[in-house]
Amino acid sequence: MKISTVKIISLLFFIFSLFYLYTAHQIRVFSFDENAAFNAKTFPIYLGYFGMFIAGLKIILPEKTSEEVDQKFLNYKQTLILVLIMVTYGSIIRSVGFFFSTSLFLISSYYFLGERRWLRMFMLSFPFVAIFMFLVHGLLDIYLTDPILKALGVMG
Amino acid sequence: MIEGILLGLKTALSFTNLLMVMLGCIMGTVIGMLPGLGPMTAIALMIPITYGFDPSTGLILMAGVYYGAVFGGSTSSILINAPGVPGTVATTFDGYPMAQQGKAGKALAIAAYSSFSGGTIAAIFLLIAAPTLSKVSLAFRSPDYFALMVLGLTAVSAFSAKGQFLKAIMMVVLGLMLATVGQDSLSDIPRFIFNSMSLSDGISFILIAMAMFAMSEALMIIFKGKDPSKATKSISLSELGSIRLDKEERNKMLKTIPRSSVIGFLIGVLPGAGATIASFLAYGMERNFVKKEEKEKFGKGSVHGLAAPETANNAACSGAFVPLLTLGIPGSGTTAVMLGALLAFGIQPGPTLYMTNPEVFWSVIMSMYIGMVILLILNLPLIPYIARLLAVPRNYLVPLILFFSVAGIYLISFNTFDIFLMIGLAVLACGLRLYNFPMPPLILAFVLGGMMEENLRRSLLISDGSFNFLWDRPLTAIILGGTILLVSWQIYKSFKK
Repeated sequence: MKISTVKIISLLFFIFSLFYLYTAHQIRVFSFDENAAFNAKTFPIYLGYFGMFIAGLKIILPEKTSEEVDQKFLNYKQTLILVLIMVTYGSIIRSVGFFFSTSLFLISSYYFLGERRWLRMFMLSFPFVAIFMFLVHGLLDIYLTDPILKALGVMG
Repeated sequence: MIEGILLGLKTALSFTNLLMVMLGCIMGTVIGMLPGLGPMTAIALMIPITYGFDPSTGLILMAGVYYGAVFGGSTSSILINAPGVPGTVATTFDGYPMAQQGKAGKALAIAAYSSFSGGTIAAIFLLIAAPTLSKVSLAFRSPDYFALMVLGLTAVSAFSAKGQFLKAIMMVVLGLMLATVGQDSLSDIPRFIFNSMSLSDGISFILIAMAMFAMSEALMIIFKGKDPSKATKSISLSELGSIRLDKEERNKMLKTIPRSSVIGFLIGVLPGAGATIASFLAYGMERNFVKKEEKEKFGKGSVHGLAAPETANNAACSGAFVPLLTLGIPGSGTTAVMLGALLAFGIQPGPTLYMTNPEVFWSVIMSMYIGMVILLILNLPLIPYIARLLAVPRNYLVPLILFFSVAGIYLISFNTFDIFLMIGLAVLACGLRLYNFPMPPLILAFVLGGMMEENLRRSLLISDGSFNFLWDRPLTAIILGGTILLVSWQIYKSFKK
């Protein structure tokens, strides 16, 4: 018997709701609030039970139509690379600074998506980020830390 | 009311706010035009920008983006048969055949005039309905609000995805669960933070909106191997034909616009319904209204068939503001995003909004008129140029959307944990969207979660822990009755299949 992906997702949601319910029971409330009609864990407990109920229904009820997705049309490789580039971007944004990390993120994303026109890639990364930073830092007054630009004396 | 209108006009006509409406309309049109990116993504991308503004200006900008995105969606529907959002699907039925007949300019003009008229007429309805309903809604108590939120979430789940009611309810539960992360609003007791300081303030609404819409949409373009710019190669974007309408076409529009505006507005007011249902309903009703020979033209480039959904979807956008401004309860995913932004500004929409923040209340309403005029003036002559943006390749489009999402959240919190959380949620949203789990119920539930818990808390404390509050007041019972009817209808429909 083949179990559909939607049923597997519903099962995962059931387990997640169970975990949520367990965690909701662990919430420590004030002793005077323990027997109150409503305290900090009441709503989450209701949600946990309701989540399990709905997921359970989805698992039990038969599916009218197949909702399987044809896997061969999905581009896992490029998506995964893009996610990894984003994670790397998030990891280096503080240490490398906004300007260089963002520009490198943009250039590498363009490249991995198949772009090879370097001049256009450059124009839509370094100068583009510089203009963006000017708008954010200079006009909107949002302070952006950038250790490299600071060391170069570009930013105060 | 006259004082309010004048106050609204004064605020909306200030130089900054006029500039914001204009910017909002242009940016909304550009983002909404790109297939797959709708008003919700457009507004989500705008939220970080509005943080430095005062609430009126921020909301005016977002309202402009909203209309602009709806109009932009129509453009891609007409030109390349790729509706940016479900609300413009009905536009393709007659808009695209018109474009194929070499009358793309005319189709875009009909869409622009219809959108303008629908939006303007609905804004007049809003002007009358909102203050009146605000006064009525002062009678609402906590149990009524709780029941209304349950109804709103059920309705959004019922209408957001056809035949996917249980999936939508699962998304509602997930949204409510995410909303409980952080400190309890009354006792400040930490919940679900797993000893992480980054979670102690809860998950930011902007983070959820960006992850679930902007970022996941961009990832989906790559994941599914879609290239929105490919469709543009089939039609010339520089030769769209004349945008002038003849007398017969104008007369046809004059008949269609009033009735479609009324339908659109009324559907927009209902929780959960919105532009998609409004446009389909208006299209269907218009087909019944017209003469037999006109009926046969439907689907082949009918003026009535194009004007009806375009009028209705814009009227529904204005209608959706009624529950948001008067009850503080959004009826759709897009207005939920706007509610989140309002709350971030420290403004609680609801029946007292027009007393506590009259400038916000009236300026939003008045900016709708101004927005519609600007949209018409800007878009008609600029259509051939704006349409060329459809050719932006995904190699640039996707990284730029991802950049705006990451930068948007980083510039607010300066916390890398938020970036990782956003990436994780976006990947999760991608997987869920692949199997048709709808996202609007999740965002609506996330925004309403805090208010829902608060109203349930008050109701239960007043009734000493008894659930009698659900039927003690006639209003609560009627609203819950509506919810039960809606759920029963969904169950009936699933068994009928």
